[in-house]
Amino acid sequence: MRAAVLPPLEDRGGPAQPLLTVGGLVKHFPVKGGVFGPRRAVQAVDGVDFSVLKGETLGVVGESGCGKSTTARLLVRLMAPDAGTVIFDGESVGDALSLRDYRRQVQMVFQDSYASLNPRLTIEDSIAFGPRVHGVAARAATGRAHDLLARVGLEPRRFAGRYPHELSGGQRQRVNIARALALEPRLVILDEAVSALDKSVEAQVLNLLLDLKRDFGLTYIFISHDLNVVRFMADRVMVMYLGRVAEIGARDAVFDAPAHPYTAALLASMPKADPAERRDAPPLSGDPPNPIDPPPGCRFNPRCAFVEDVCRRTDPPLAALVPQHSAACLMASSGSGHSRAPEIAA
Amino acid sequence: MTPMIDIRDLSVVFGRGPKPVPAVDGVTLALAPGEVVALLGESGSGKSVTLRSLLRLHPASARVGGTIRVDGTDVMALSPRALADFRGRTVSMIFQEPRLALDPVYTIGDQIAEAVRRHRGGTRAQARARALDLFDRVRIPSAKRRLDNYPHEMSGGMLQRAMIAMALSCDPKVLLADEPTTALDATVQIQILLLVRELQREYGLSVIFVTHDIGVAAEVADRVAVMYAGRIVEEGAIADVIRSPQHPYARGLLDARVELAGGRDRLITIPGAPPDLADLPPGCSFAPRCARVSGECRTTVPPLAAPLGRGQVACFHPG
Repeated sequence: MRAAVLPPLEDRGGPAQPLLTVGGLVKHFPVKGGVFGPRRAVQAVDGVDFSVLKGETLGVVGESGCGKSTTARLLVRLMAPDAGTVIFDGESVGDALSLRDYRRQVQMVFQDSYASLNPRLTIEDSIAFGPRVHGVAARAATGRAHDLLARVGLEPRRFAGRYPHELSGGQRQRVNIARALALEPRLVILDEAVSALDKSVEAQVLNLLLDLKRDFGLTYIFISHDLNVVRFMADRVMVMYLGRVAEIGARDAVFDAPAHPYTAALLASMPKADPAERRDAPPLSGDPPNPIDPPPGCRFNPRCAFVEDVCRRTDPPLAALVPQHSAACLMASSGSGHSRAPEIAA
Repeated sequence: MTPMIDIRDLSVVFGRGPKPVPAVDGVTLALAPGEVVALLGESGSGKSVTLRSLLRLHPASARVGGTIRVDGTDVMALSPRALADFRGRTVSMIFQEPRLALDPVYTIGDQIAEAVRRHRGGTRAQARARALDLFDRVRIPSAKRRLDNYPHEMSGGMLQRAMIAMALSCDPKVLLADEPTTALDATVQIQILLLVRELQREYGLSVIFVTHDIGVAAEVADRVAVMYAGRIVEEGAIADVIRSPQHPYARGLLDARVELAGGRDRLITIPGAPPDLADLPPGCSFAPRCARVSGECRTTVPPLAAPLGRGQVACFHPG
């Protein structure tokens, strides 16, 4: 007997327990070298720890190759991590919590709205697919798909029977959002979900995401290269660089008083939209380095304006400056040997 | 002063059959020597199609109307041979994806040298010396070694620098830039924008810079022309347009910027979506999304006119 609805998901650990706790996440991709060459690996994610609180939006920023998308894919287990633990509301994923039950609670929206929909399914079938796999009767699943379409601003009578190619990019992304919500997840990972949209459409979809978060009590991980969008959406922000966390903290703390020189440079690189504020020199020179050969010591040291010898030797730990604001920089860690590091309190 | 670029009433229509697509409809734009104009618009607004018209890069099936003169030359009238001389020598172009614009099986140095010899003649060694000099000017580190790189051996930012070097190899008077920084990371984007600005000054280039990003336009341009559904809807000095946009679409775009949302919990949005170009409304293309719409807007296309002597706007209810 197929169910008419999905069983409701319960909050287990209460509001104070993080929804998601990630520890020591590692993913290396081996690269083919020559026959006698050294065996090398792209260190896409190399020891990442963070947690996501219930009901918040964690913004993740960084440049290409920083590991933000790999982190997202590891979190929804589109690939298996080499090492690390993921704890969802107190239960270890793949252990106490089965992957099937975990995946119902964590859904993802991708950047490419077209590639992430099956071109041969109507959009109502795409949205109903997940619930049906999880045992909901066909009729009930389709009814829910129609409700969700209406909820994301697509009138079901006009849109339910259409195919992805008949929709605009903004409409397709609304479908992807509806599909992500079909399983009533608690955590939604948005990986550059608005980056391919035109600016006037982007604003509409961001407003929709805020409404849905409030109405369904969702938690978001919002990944974007666009700092302005992250500043608008996020409660806390995590900055990644070459597979590591460079800085993490409350949004205003990170944006107004960045503790890592990379965060500061990234913020300073944003176009100002004011011709009176044009700069003469770029905040950083060079490209983000290749994650195959990260430099020894601090990974940012070759591009850093404050680099000292100690930075080339010592891998900076992610150290708390104040509670809830941490940075992986020797200048922020007392007694590190960097001339700008704070004194050790006597 | 005679303009370096003089585009008058340009129209480009793709496809025949029952539903031809008017991608550009009546675009008129002039650039003085050494001037930088940003063409700002969303996908389908006609900004890239306008840009490509200057080098006649459209497929033969496209119907192109109007006139384009660059440095006195009538571009539409050029013979195939004269067009080949014109491309790269008078007007050159850089693209969003340098990886697609460069040949993967030749080294970057060889590709630049080939362009130099095609347009300026000289020996192989002279052409290579020229390529090396250009690599230094676009600040590619260890230029000599980099000349022997194939495109896949370079990062995105480095490759964009190499493409700029190639575009400047024959001393053009006009540089066309089609979203050259859109695919780049933020810290690299600003480097390339500053490089374009610096080289523009150094070479006295006229530049048309196509972008969808107001911030990028503000970093490089003297003037901006905002496009919507194949037409220029507003044009003026960049500072004026950003400070007080006159067209409701330009105003909507500026108001929708997330960086202005500080403290508010919702963004201001433009309702609806850009129109289907094959099925445009008879009057102003923006009328179905516009808060100031009146009867006149639905029947008549508003002409681009100059209010208050500053810039131009195509709207019956500007301000």
